[in-house]
Parts: sequence; structure tokens; C-alpha cells
Amino acid sequence: MLHRYPKRVTFLLLAGLALLIAYPAWGPALFGESSAFFMEKLTLMLIFALFAVSLDLLVGILGLVSLGHALFFGLGAYTLAMASPDFSPASLWWMLPLVMLVTGAVAAIVGVLVLRTKGIFFIMTTLAFGQMLFYTVSTSSMTGGTDGVFIMFRPSLAMGETPLVDLDNPLTFFYFCLALLVAVYLILRALTRSHFGQVLDGIHDNEHRMQALGYATTGYKLIAFVVSAMIAGVAGMLAAMQYGFANPAQLGWHHSGEVLMMVILGGMGTIFGPILGAFAYELLLYFYEHLTNHWPILMGMTIIVAVLVLPRGIAGLLLDPPGRKTSLFGPWSAARDAQQAERVASASQASAGKSAGEVSS
Amino acid sequence: MSSMLSTRGLTRSFGGLLAVNDVDFQVERGEIHAILGPNGAGKSTLINLLSGEIPPTRGEIVYRGSAIQGKKAHQVARLGIGRSHQKTNIFPRLTCLQNCQLAARIHHGGVIGSWRSRKRAKEVDERALAALDTCGLVPRAHTLSSGMSYGEQRQLQIAMVLATQPQLMLLDEPMAGMGREETDQVADLLKRLSSDYTIVLIEHDMDSVFRLADRITVMVDGCVLESGSTDSIRASDSVRDVYLGRHDSGQDDASDDIDDRPQRREVAP
Repeated sequence: MLHRYPKRVTFLLLAGLALLIAYPAWGPALFGESSAFFMEKLTLMLIFALFAVSLDLLVGILGLVSLGHALFFGLGAYTLAMASPDFSPASLWWMLPLVMLVTGAVAAIVGVLVLRTKGIFFIMTTLAFGQMLFYTVSTSSMTGGTDGVFIMFRPSLAMGETPLVDLDNPLTFFYFCLALLVAVYLILRALTRSHFGQVLDGIHDNEHRMQALGYATTGYKLIAFVVSAMIAGVAGMLAAMQYGFANPAQLGWHHSGEVLMMVILGGMGTIFGPILGAFAYELLLYFYEHLTNHWPILMGMTIIVAVLVLPRGIAGLLLDPPGRKTSLFGPWSAARDAQQAERVASASQASAGKSAGEVSS
Repeated sequence: MSSMLSTRGLTRSFGGLLAVNDVDFQVERGEIHAILGPNGAGKSTLINLLSGEIPPTRGEIVYRGSAIQGKKAHQVARLGIGRSHQKTNIFPRLTCLQNCQLAARIHHGGVIGSWRSRKRAKEVDERALAALDTCGLVPRAHTLSSGMSYGEQRQLQIAMVLATQPQLMLLDEPMAGMGREETDQVADLLKRLSSDYTIVLIEHDMDSVFRLADRITVMVDGCVLESGSTDSIRASDSVRDVYLGRHDSGQDDASDDIDDRPQRREVAP
């Protein structure tokens, strides 16, 4: 069954979750004074994980590589920044739906246009839409130009007058992001395993065939695109809450590329992989940034090596652990196996054709 | 017999090439109608036009009394015209049964219906299993379709078409590349199906075509050369010329694979 993974994956994810929940217990002991700083780092990783998961729905599940996904991330951030009142905190009860509504509506319009294309053209049109908003936002005085917009008050989550949780507290906000990530993960897991998800897989494998079967594939693709954009928008909103501002860089193509690397590093099409990818990417980034000023070189090399050695990303490592029938050089042996299988298939086909010819002549 | 499907003046051009040229074509309810013709005669283009995968340049297609030209592939499929492709076209990551379930679910509403369909899962399962049963694939139900033999994959393709509950099946070379034994299996299958379904068949295996078909339409260079009963096609001089070249022995010998006979006479449009 597709999108059903071995128990060790669930086990590892639950272990990771437990580790994050227990951060207040081990964080200060491990990092001492900089424990608060690392918790903010972790919060950002959770936000990027949410963003990466949303992109995986497009890239991994649907098979459409987008280079403009930061459009929705940035849109979420700007929606929060623009809609927040200047002298009091906004309520998250209506801010969250607003962000989803705005990103969803924009995604529906953009989706109708870009989903007519495939492959390189899809990459280019998503890139174009992303850059369109990037330049609009970074040159408009209404959105603060390249400086962006500051958010004076983080939105609050209250029931009437009594605050439910204090999102200004970094630890509470960390748990809030974690809870959202878990919720989104569970939703997407259910979605990919549903019939709807199976149709998306079918479109990924062979859209033409799905149409011939009787599926109106555009509708399915559009819904997946909108859902993906809404999750990205929420991630962007959380990022803006964390940073305290919305900035054009959040919706530039550089950012789209970065999240794409997280998805690839983590393992496309697995939903849980990109979460691991986001953490791995941010950890590597932190590590390399402290090592040298030329960290992009190291990062680039890491991604290249990762793609060569782990074509299915970190998730692939969990799904097919090395030493189990595959060698360390998995991709090469896999390619060799495929070649061999093809030779066998073509040979048997040729012999089948020959025998048919013999009988009929 | 009422006409299941008919075309009038159906034409499709690709640039300057008239792939299908002014084709009048009729399929009667309950028959197996074979389309013959050399490579490049426009057979597959005709099927693609009928199934809505490409729109016609001109002409009309009438299916059960209503015009369907210009409808999209998925709309045509939902009207009950199921098709299989020349190239093996299954979903390799799914099992045999899942492939058929995917096909069986098309009638469960659109995108929204796909959420509700869990309730009707049993119905879908039954339909998918019935399709597999007809094609003799039940033992392979839980095999990953990428792991099946080529012949089985071709049969799965037919099972998928069946699972969509079509009235009319358009089968593009269902026996291509198969050994004799498998070819016979598929021929038997089609014979069995013909009591319940109307079938349009493109096939190069002449033995099977003459054994199975009720009527045959021969296409050359995008045009219909001749259309009629199996016997009339067998007896037709012009068909024999196109297929077998000049052939003076009185006995018909149509069992050669036409691909082995590249020579064909150009027919003036």
C-alpha cells in the first residue's frame, strides 16, 4: 500500500516528537545559557518543516516541481503583517482563517493558470508568479518596500477575555508550532492514504491515463495546489510571528529553492521525509555557517552528495536501510538492476514475438 | 440493431498531414468491430478521436444518439466509452486490485465524491474484483502490477477498462507483443466480453481479427477503404491488394502479420 510505512518510521517520528516535547528538560542542561536561542532555532525548524511538508504535497505526491512556493509562505506572512492592528494584538481565531482564505484564494487563481502546464513550464510559471509578487511587494510603499512590515504585537489566542495560551512566551509558541505541525502531518497522512490521495498518485504516474479512465484531473490538482498553498501560508504566518516582521525575502525564489532542497534532502513524496529534511537542512546550515563564510559551497556539495547517495532522501534511508539487499551505492546498483530487468523483459518480449511469428507464418 | 456509435466526416489533421480523413464509421450495438490498416493508416488517431483524447478538426461523433465531439477524455469515459492504450498503461506502484479500484471509482462523483466513496468501498471492491475475475487475474489481485508479466499487464489493462463499467470498449492492440498462448487467452476473453459489451478493436494479429470480429473496417492513409462483414472483407480484392500485394492464388491467406508486409499501394484520396 502506498504511503504506508514500516513501524520503525512511526517509532522514530514519535521518538522525535517526545524529544521535542521534552526540550525544557534537556535543552538547558545541554546548551546552558544559549538554550533559549536553540529553542527559537527549533521553532524555526518546525515552521520550515511545515513549509516543506506543504511543498511535498506538490512535488512529491503530485509530481509537480514548483519554484514559486515561497509566494504562499510570504503571502501568509504579509497577510498577518498587513492585517494586524498597530496598537493591539490581533486574534488568531480570525487571523488563521484569514491567512488560509487569502493564500487559498490566490492559489486558486494562480493554480488555474499554472496547472495547465507541466514539467519545466510548471517550474517557470510558478517561478514567474512568485517573482511577480516579490517585485510588487519589494517596490510598493504600502508593504514597506525592501524593509518589509513590522508586526508590533504577536496575535493572541484567547477565549473571550481570558487568554488560552500565551503565544508571546517562546516555549508556548514552540509547542504551538509543534502542535500545528503534528496536526498538518496527520491530515496529510490521512489525505495521501485516501482515495483522493490515490488519485493524486495516479496523476503523478500517468495523468493521461487517469483522464482516459474518467478522472477530471485538473480539479484534483487544483485542490491539492490550494491545500498545499494554505499550509505554506500558515507556515509563513508562523514565521512572521516568530521574526516579528514580514520581509520580501520570505517570498523570493531563493526561499522557494531552499525549501525544495529540504524536500529533496528529506525524501520526496513521503510527507514525513521533508520534516526530517527541514531539520537536517537547518542543522547543516547552522553548522556550516559557523564553520566558514563560504558555507553555500559546503551546503551545495552536501546536497549533491545526498542526492547521489540517497536518491530517496533521508526517508529512503529509513525505508530501505543500507545493508538490506541494497549496497551503500544504492542508486548505482538500483540502476544496474533496472537495466538488467529491462534486458530480460526485452529478451522475453522478442522471443515471444518470434514464437508468435513462427506460429502464424 | 441500433447504432452504438457513428461518425460523419470525421477529420483530424496534424499540420499538413490528414491523419484521419473524412471518416464515416459505424459501430453497432453488441458487435466486435475491428479496425485494420497498415502502420500510419490513422487507426490509433481514430480511437483517440473517439475517446476524446484529441479533438477532431472537423466532423461529428454520435454516441447513443448524442453528439460527443469536443468532449474531454474524462467526460467521454464517464459516458461509458472505455479505452485501453497501445502502450501498456497501468499504475506500477499499485497492486492489480488497486488499479481496478481506481478505475471502478470514477462513477463516484467528482473530487468531492472521492471523499464519500469510503461508504461505497464495498461496491467498488466488488466491481474491481469482478473485472479481475473476468480477466482471470484474481490470483494476482494483491501483486504489485509492476511485478507482473507483460501479458498479465496487458490483461490488467482490459480489466481496468471493464471496471469503469463501459458500454463500448475501444481496445488499441490488446494483444500486441504477446506470445501465441497469451494471444489466444486474450482472444477468448474478448469473445466472452462480446456478449455484454460492444468492442472496437485495433489489432494486427490477423488470425484473431478474423476469428473474433463481426465486422471489419479497413483504413488506409486516413481514409476508410472498405467496411463490412468479415467475409466480405476477406473476399475484397482492394483489401487484399493493400495488405498482401498482388496475390493471384484464389485462396485467401490473411494470417500473415501485416507489419511484415511493408509494401502497400497508395490510395488516391
